[in-house]
Amino acid sequence: MAASARLLMLLLLLTAPALAVIETYEFSDEELEKRYHQLSGELRCPKCQNQNIADSNAPIARDLRQLLYTQLEEGASDQEILDYMVARYGEFVRYRPSFSSATAVLWLAPLLLLMAAVVVVVLTLRGRRNAATGEGGSELSAEESRRVQDLLDESEKDA
Amino acid sequence: MGPRLKLFIPLILFAVLALFLFRGLELDPKELPSALIDRPLPSFELPALGGDRMLRREDVIGEVALFNVWATWCVSCRVEHPYLHMLAEQGVPIIGLNYKDDDTDALRWLEELGNPYRVNIVDAQGTLGLDLGVYGAPETYLVDAGGVIRYRHVGVVDERVWQDILQPLYRELKTGRVN
Repeated sequence: MAASARLLMLLLLLTAPALAVIETYEFSDEELEKRYHQLSGELRCPKCQNQNIADSNAPIARDLRQLLYTQLEEGASDQEILDYMVARYGEFVRYRPSFSSATAVLWLAPLLLLMAAVVVVVLTLRGRRNAATGEGGSELSAEESRRVQDLLDESEKDA
Repeated sequence: MGPRLKLFIPLILFAVLALFLFRGLELDPKELPSALIDRPLPSFELPALGGDRMLRREDVIGEVALFNVWATWCVSCRVEHPYLHMLAEQGVPIIGLNYKDDDTDALRWLEELGNPYRVNIVDAQGTLGLDLGVYGAPETYLVDAGGVIRYRHVGVVDERVWQDILQPLYRELKTGRVN
């Protein structure tokens, strides 16, 4: 029993650490590495559509990371890299697509919805306040009570 | 009328939502329009499969043709293969793009399953694939006689895809009704 336990321990120690999905790149500059992380987080994998290329282990994502690395080391600007990707894979590859007639709804919808929400809230609150003052208005002023009393007296006289 | 109309708001919201969801049933989010539609086929210089010669863009354009991206590691390509044969027999020119594959494997595949391709471009590194915006195999591009990409289909080309989408476009391009 002790022997098998020891064997198990040994085997556990021998297991290779799980191979990382993402390969590592050596950057010549820390700034480049920062931009690499930023851009790979912002570029969307065309194959597995809900992942960015940094998280995906699809072959195409690996290729795009390799390409991104090469371009960064060659001194390409962020805009150049994004333009290059968009020219091949379309605006789709960007999680932050540029503003155009096709993406206008995407960009403006949150703002419009927020504005609509504000309008609804304002209208609701105003409605509530009006209702509240309406109740307050049911109490008669001294002048009004006197008039009511007069009218009542009159009707009594008539009767 | 006002307060009573308000009662219908949830119903209206539901109807609008249902409409969008119903529309969504028919949309395939995996179908991306290619960024290269109506743009010229990228230029390249890559070896031909099973030969020493190099192929350039000029060598493979000149008539309306299908460019089929395939590889031996691609399971769906095997499914698609017999249909490509049928198209080739009907006289549709098909250019193969052997994408990130091993030459020996690719040649064996063609030997075993037959070769529907006019010629095969070897894109071992996936460079042409990258310029085309390929993100998997199989993909099929319809390229006109002037070397301009007119359509991209992602996935297997079968009877339905050919009849419904590719053939009408192919015919139009052949007769030159599309500029």
